[in-house]
Amino acid sequence: MAAPTPTPPTSPARRLLGLGPVTPGSAVWYYRRNWLGMVAACIVGAFVIAAIFAPWLTPYAEQGRGVPDLPQRLKGPNGSHWMGTDELGRDVLARVLFGARTALLVAIGVVVLAVVVGVLVGAIAGYFGGWVDEILMRITDTFLAFPPLLLAVIVAAALGASLQNTIVAIAVSWWPWYARQIRAQVLSLRERSYVKAVQAIGVPSHKIIRQHIIPNAMAPVWVQATADLGASILTAAGLSFVGLGPRPPTPDWGVMIADGRQFVLSGQWWIAVFAGAAITILALAFNLCGDVIRDVADPKTRGDQ
Amino acid sequence: MRYLLRRAGTSLVVILGVVTITFVVSRVVPSDPASLYAGPRARPAQVEQVRQDLKLDDPVLTQYVSYLGDLTRGDLGISFATRRPILGDLRSFLPATLELALLATALSMAIGIPLGVLASSRRGKPKDSVVRLFAVTSVSVPVFWSALILQLFFASKLGWLPLSGRTSSNVEFGEPTGFFVIDSILSGSPSNVWDVVRHLALPVTVMAAYPTGLTVRLIRGSMLEVLGEPYIEAARVGQIPERTILYQLALKNALAPALTILGLTFAYSVSSAFLVEAVFNWPGLGKYLTDAIVRVDFPVITAATLVITVIYVVVNLALDLVHAKIDPRVELS
Repeated sequence: MAAPTPTPPTSPARRLLGLGPVTPGSAVWYYRRNWLGMVAACIVGAFVIAAIFAPWLTPYAEQGRGVPDLPQRLKGPNGSHWMGTDELGRDVLARVLFGARTALLVAIGVVVLAVVVGVLVGAIAGYFGGWVDEILMRITDTFLAFPPLLLAVIVAAALGASLQNTIVAIAVSWWPWYARQIRAQVLSLRERSYVKAVQAIGVPSHKIIRQHIIPNAMAPVWVQATADLGASILTAAGLSFVGLGPRPPTPDWGVMIADGRQFVLSGQWWIAVFAGAAITILALAFNLCGDVIRDVADPKTRGDQ
Repeated sequence: MRYLLRRAGTSLVVILGVVTITFVVSRVVPSDPASLYAGPRARPAQVEQVRQDLKLDDPVLTQYVSYLGDLTRGDLGISFATRRPILGDLRSFLPATLELALLATALSMAIGIPLGVLASSRRGKPKDSVVRLFAVTSVSVPVFWSALILQLFFASKLGWLPLSGRTSSNVEFGEPTGFFVIDSILSGSPSNVWDVVRHLALPVTVMAAYPTGLTVRLIRGSMLEVLGEPYIEAARVGQIPERTILYQLALKNALAPALTILGLTFAYSVSSAFLVEAVFNWPGLGKYLTDAIVRVDFPVITAATLVITVIYVVVNLALDLVHAKIDPRVELS
C-alpha cells in the first residue's frame, strides 16, 4: 500500500481567500522561498492595512484629513504625538497614515490607467501590423523621448494641480512602456495556430483581440506593472514636491516634505523626515517585491537566491 | 553610413513629434490657454492681449504652423514673470545643470560598473545580495528627500559642507565656460577650485544615487549573460586570472549593450536635477523650471521641457552612433 502523499498545510489567509495549498514549483511557492521578498510583501501589506484602517489607528483622524489644531503647532515627537505635529498643529503620524491612502491610490491609479491605454495601443499595433503599427509605434516612441518626469510635469501644469490630474499626468508618460511590451507579445501570439483558426472561421478582429490575444499577452505586463508601483510612488511624490500634486488639505507625503522643508534647517525636522521615510520604505518594499516577482516569472533566474 | 542617415532621420521625426506633443499639451489641452500663458494674476485686458499675441482664436492648424515657424527662428516665447526671452534664460542656466548631470553620470558609472561586475562574479552569494539590496535602495529613495537629509546633516548640523549655491558669496572668478570646475581652474586659484568642489559634493552625490542603482542592475544582468558564453569557459580552462576574465574579457562585451543606459542615466540625472536644484538653490535649468512652476509661468515650463527633451534626443542619437561604431552587430539589425 502506497503511503498517502502529505498535503502541505494551507495558511488561514489563503483559506479565507478560498485558495488551496501552495503547490511546490508554482510561482507563489518560489516567491515564498525568498525571505527578502516576504519581508517586503509584509511591509506593503502593513501600508495597505494602515491606509484602509487609518481612521481607527489614530486618535487624530480629523487632523489626518486636514483639520488644523493651531495651539499645538510644531511640537516635537512626544508621548501624545509620536511623530510630532506640523505647522498647522496636525499630528504628523495621522497625516502619514492618511497619506498612505493618497500614495496607494495614486500608485495603483497610474499603473492601471497606463496599462489599459498601453495594452489597447500595443495590441492594436501588434495585431494589425503594417501602417497601423508604424504610426502607433512612432507615436509611442515620441512619448518615450521625453525624460521621465518632465512630460508628467507639463501635463500636470496644463491640467492644473489636483489628485486626479496627477494620476493622468503620470499615466500619460507611462503607457508607452506597456504598449511596447504588449506589442512584442502580440507579434508572436498572432502567428499561433489557434489565432489563425479563429481568424479562418471569421471571428471579427476586435473580438479576437479582446478574447484571444489580450488575455494571453497580459502575464509579463502584470509583472512589469507590479514592479513599477514603487517608481509610481516616487514620481507622484516628485510632482507633489514641486507643487503639482494634490491640493491641501489632502494628506500627501510629497506635499508634507515640501511644506516641512522650510522648518528642517531651523530644527523642526520631523515633518519632512517622517514623510520621506514613509515614501522610501513603501517604494523600497514595492521595488523589492517587483524584483522577486520578476525573478520568479523568469525561469532562467528562478534559483537565483 | 546608411545606419547613420536612418538613425538621424528617425531622430528628426521624434523631435517633430515632441514639438507636436508639447504644442498639444500647451495649446489644446488647457481649457483656456490664454489665461495660463498670461499667468495667475493677470487682468482680463492682459489675458486678451495674450490671446491676440499668440493668435489663440485662429484655427489650431494655423497656430501649429506659426508655432513651428517661431521655433525654427529660435523664438521660444517670453517669460511673463521675468519679461525676458526664454531662450536667453535657458542658455545662461544650462551650464550649471550640465555640470551637475555630467559629474553625477560619471560618479554613478565609477561606482556602478565595478559593483555590477562584483555582484555578477559572486552570483547568489552574500556579496551579490548586499550589492543588489544597495542598488534597490538607491532607486527607492526620493532624491529631494535624500538631498534634504544630507543638507541637514553635513551642512546644517556638522557644518562640513556649504548649504546651497554654486560658490560662496565672497568667491568670484571669470565665467568663460559657465562650467565652474573649469572656470575655477582657469582662475588659477586652488581655493576657488576647493570652494566649487565643496559646493558640488552634496548635489552630485544625491543625483548619482538613482543612476548608480540602475547601472549596477544593468551591468550585473549583461555580465551574467556574457559570463555564460563559451569563450569565457575557454578562458577559465586556459587558467587566465579571474581579474582579467572579469574586467577585460567579459566587461568589454557587457559594456556595449549597457552603453545605451548612459543615455538613460543622463536622462534621470536631468530629471532629478529638477528636484535636487530646488533643494540646493542651484541656479540651473531645474531651478528655473521649479521657480516657473511655483509662479505658474506656463511659457517657461513648456519651453524648458521642450529644450531638455531635444537635448535628450540628441544625446541618445550620439550614444547610438557610438554604440554602432564599437559594436558591428548593431548596424546589421
